[in-house]
Amino acid sequence: MSEKRTFKNLKLEQSIFRERVFVAFLFVILLVLVLVGRMLYLQVYQYDIYTTRSDKNRMHVRAIPPTRGLIFDRNGRILAENLPSYNLTFVRERAGDTAAVLDVLADILELSEEQKEDMSKQAYSRRRPFQSALLLSQLDDEQIARVSVNRYRLPGVDIEAQLIRHYPYGPLTAHILGYVSRISEKDLKKVDRSQYAGTHYIGKGGIERQYETALHGRVGVQTVETNARGRVLQVLSEELPEQGESLSLYLDAELQKVAARALAGFRGALVAIDPNTGGILAMVSTPSFDPNLFVGGINPDIYRQLITSPDLPMFDRTIRGKYPPASTIKAFMGLAGLEHGVVNATTTIYDPGWYQLPNDSRLYRNWKRVGHGKVNLKRSIVVSNDTYFYNLAYNLGIDRIQPFMKQFGFGINTALDLPGASSGLMPGREWKKAHRKLPWFPGETLSIGIGQGYWLATPLQIATSMVVLANRGKWVQPRIVEMQGRNQAHLNPENKPEDVSVSKPEYWDQVIDGMVAVVHSSTGTARRISKGIRYTMAGKTGTAQVKGIKQGEKYDASKLHERHRDHALFAGFAPVENPQIALAVVVENAGGGSTTAAPIARMVFDAWLTPERLKSTKTASDLVDGNRQ
Amino acid sequence: MSTRDFLHQLPGAASAFSRPVGWFERLHLDFWMLLLLLVLISSGLFVLYSASGESMEDVYRQSLRFAVALAGMIILAQFNPRILERWSPLFYLSIAILLVGVLLFGVGAKGAQRWLAIPGVIRFQPSEFMKLAMPMMVAWYLSHRPLPPGWHHLIISAVILVVPVLLIAKQPDLGTSLLVAAAGLFVILLAGLSWKLIGSFVALGIAALPALWHVMRDYQRQRVLTFLNPESDPLGSGWNIIQSKTAIGSGGLYGKGWLEGTQSQLEFLPERHTDFIIAVLAEEFGTIGVCAILLLYLLIIGRGLFIALNAQSTYGRLVAGSITLTFFVYVFVNIGMVSGLLPVVGVPLPLVSFGGTSSVTLLAGFGILMSIHTHRSLLVK
Repeated sequence: MSEKRTFKNLKLEQSIFRERVFVAFLFVILLVLVLVGRMLYLQVYQYDIYTTRSDKNRMHVRAIPPTRGLIFDRNGRILAENLPSYNLTFVRERAGDTAAVLDVLADILELSEEQKEDMSKQAYSRRRPFQSALLLSQLDDEQIARVSVNRYRLPGVDIEAQLIRHYPYGPLTAHILGYVSRISEKDLKKVDRSQYAGTHYIGKGGIERQYETALHGRVGVQTVETNARGRVLQVLSEELPEQGESLSLYLDAELQKVAARALAGFRGALVAIDPNTGGILAMVSTPSFDPNLFVGGINPDIYRQLITSPDLPMFDRTIRGKYPPASTIKAFMGLAGLEHGVVNATTTIYDPGWYQLPNDSRLYRNWKRVGHGKVNLKRSIVVSNDTYFYNLAYNLGIDRIQPFMKQFGFGINTALDLPGASSGLMPGREWKKAHRKLPWFPGETLSIGIGQGYWLATPLQIATSMVVLANRGKWVQPRIVEMQGRNQAHLNPENKPEDVSVSKPEYWDQVIDGMVAVVHSSTGTARRISKGIRYTMAGKTGTAQVKGIKQGEKYDASKLHERHRDHALFAGFAPVENPQIALAVVVENAGGGSTTAAPIARMVFDAWLTPERLKSTKTASDLVDGNRQ
Repeated sequence: MSTRDFLHQLPGAASAFSRPVGWFERLHLDFWMLLLLLVLISSGLFVLYSASGESMEDVYRQSLRFAVALAGMIILAQFNPRILERWSPLFYLSIAILLVGVLLFGVGAKGAQRWLAIPGVIRFQPSEFMKLAMPMMVAWYLSHRPLPPGWHHLIISAVILVVPVLLIAKQPDLGTSLLVAAAGLFVILLAGLSWKLIGSFVALGIAALPALWHVMRDYQRQRVLTFLNPESDPLGSGWNIIQSKTAIGSGGLYGKGWLEGTQSQLEFLPERHTDFIIAVLAEEFGTIGVCAILLLYLLIIGRGLFIALNAQSTYGRLVAGSITLTFFVYVFVNIGMVSGLLPVVGVPLPLVSFGGTSSVTLLAGFGILMSIHTHRSLLVK
């Protein structure tokens, strides 16, 4: 760059600078005069307006909270409603001596130290001035009376009628709906603060959280003039709130009841889905908890019990519980074998009761130690033969199994509107390298072949796989809220799976036939639930090993700790000709799928498909020959 | 060889001809500036006591911050402006790189990403330093060129100015990017940008306003809308303006008295002791109080411009002038927004609002002013 050599003209520079500083200072003075003028305008010319607003009568902007939307089941039964309740509220600015008022209150209501502490935490929480804090909720009549009588000693304290959330079905819908509870400072950081100016509750978990914006509605605003004591003199303007939107679920509360009754006493989960819509008909995780306890602020002792219980009542097993899918996936393995040409319907192998890899002495056992003899694809599904699937999995290889199973939603969260649903685990070589720092061993493919090993799926995923099977490859994603208008915005957009296609449609028939025979043939593992059945059911039992059995050792439930016993599974759909319901049941540590899980499934199928028959039966064991073992 | 270089070649000349100086100058402090700053800071603490709801704790915390900031100012004043000048480009470049770092790895809240953090060690806001680095860099660049600046020097100055401003605006931090832009612009204006060009830029700027609307974030647009009609969102952002205007207006000519401001004491917003503190002052001390504080600011600005006029190097002149005028931008934008003349941007009332970051950079700026003023030698006079 050729720069012109110019001498700096210092004299010129200085005179320009002086001129500029002079002009700038003039500007500064001019702008300061503008500010002074503005102050004079506000403080002298408009003094009367503002002084009236501020001194004689105060203008208040009050929030009118919207009413939270209701939640209905598919038949219009109310699952979440708002009941009137009386709250004790407190405005610090009107109290004068906050501590003294709180002492009086604690004395009148005979509060415990802990309650008092909680109350003062609420009273001192950071709020906009003159905004009320919620001290106690759900006052009973006696408390109301005591506060009212002592009103004169309690400046700033008020009894406010408010609507409070109530869940009539209690524990039955706790995991699905979630619950609302008092807004914390942390919650407020995540939402638009001004929208929650008059609201004391916010959705935590489940639908209450997922659909918070729609259920909450939009706040209304009322501008009122009050005197210095805070009494309202007149309403200056009012903008009514936009009430929260009500939601309808695909869920059937009665079916939910049946499923919960069938699972009662077990730790487990059941998910039933309508294969035509993907709508979730029932979704039960047991044990459960009472969401109503959380609404008014839960007692810390009860809460501690809930979160420390080894039965994990707060844990939603349906979408977060990860279990080996076990033999429930054998139909998909069979389909993979057919599609990849590894087997055909007539391929037969001989099962001596075990399978061995070349150059490996380890025996991979069939569940029936003496073996099933000659088995083909259909028979291997019907009797749930393991050896056939060891062989099939070995010939397919993990690199073909993993992508095939992903098509059915294994290892992927396909739920449209269930917050926190797990994606389970569909393992493969890359996964093992990344997470275990080890190569994939051939023996692990055999475990995958019978739905064990690293493979984990949620009950929702197993039920979803049944939906896709029932629809012969056509995907509908599981969802709980019937879409309407604005609600669509809350759906999970990613992970949209593509329909599964196989080269010959009869492949579907071949594996589904096997699953029908599981229930309806005399050799099927679920034959005992077919008694008096009035529709065709396709099903598959599963028994998921919890604790590894050593080489040469025999599984003996009575010798194992209760928590180490096998999980019982059942997955299926019905009627086969025109599928109306697909489901998956997992019962933790309950032994075999045929004895425990299958009868539970039958009860739910019956309730949905032949409701009239249900009246005469009471427990799951009535439906099968003999009692549960 | 320019005249400036010639002066540099007279070693020892400065000390040989130095004036007899008092101990204030020996400490490299400017008596009048320091006095005015201390008066301003202590008046600010008085208002803060009232604005924070008579919280002595807040006053202590703020005093502590000022003590640290004043120490920083004194230390900075010890450096010869020539050293500051020499380090300007490096300072500017490092801050610019940190600003890129903020965009890539920055942390923050509410959708804005303003801080750099080494977890557990330090957490700071590079844009704050740019308020000083910008005028120093532009002054460094222009002081080496013949002034008034020619076209291509102007273009390079513009690049120096625009890059960090955009980086800060992208965080987004409208208030700081505005102040940084102002600091750089003032240097260019003081260096002698021709009036014609100034006129056409102003016209262009006004024409570009609608385009600005499109690049603004939602919350920034909301602020502008709220400014135009505060009643449209009385529960949210409009609340601040309605309430601050009520507080100011009800103060009247003489104010309600210290700690007597009902509006600010009772119904004000959470920011009453930070960005909106002038409303408390206006309510409790009236127009008289506001005029007094404006007079104080005016005196500080006058002294700053006096220092700029007496500076011996072009660099010193430009930096001192720009720092002083930027200080005024704080004052005008803050009081303007609280009184409803301007939209709400996050600019504090300098040396009065509660908060540490801006006090440190502001007083550091005054440290530079004092350095420029107290390191003069008699030679050139």
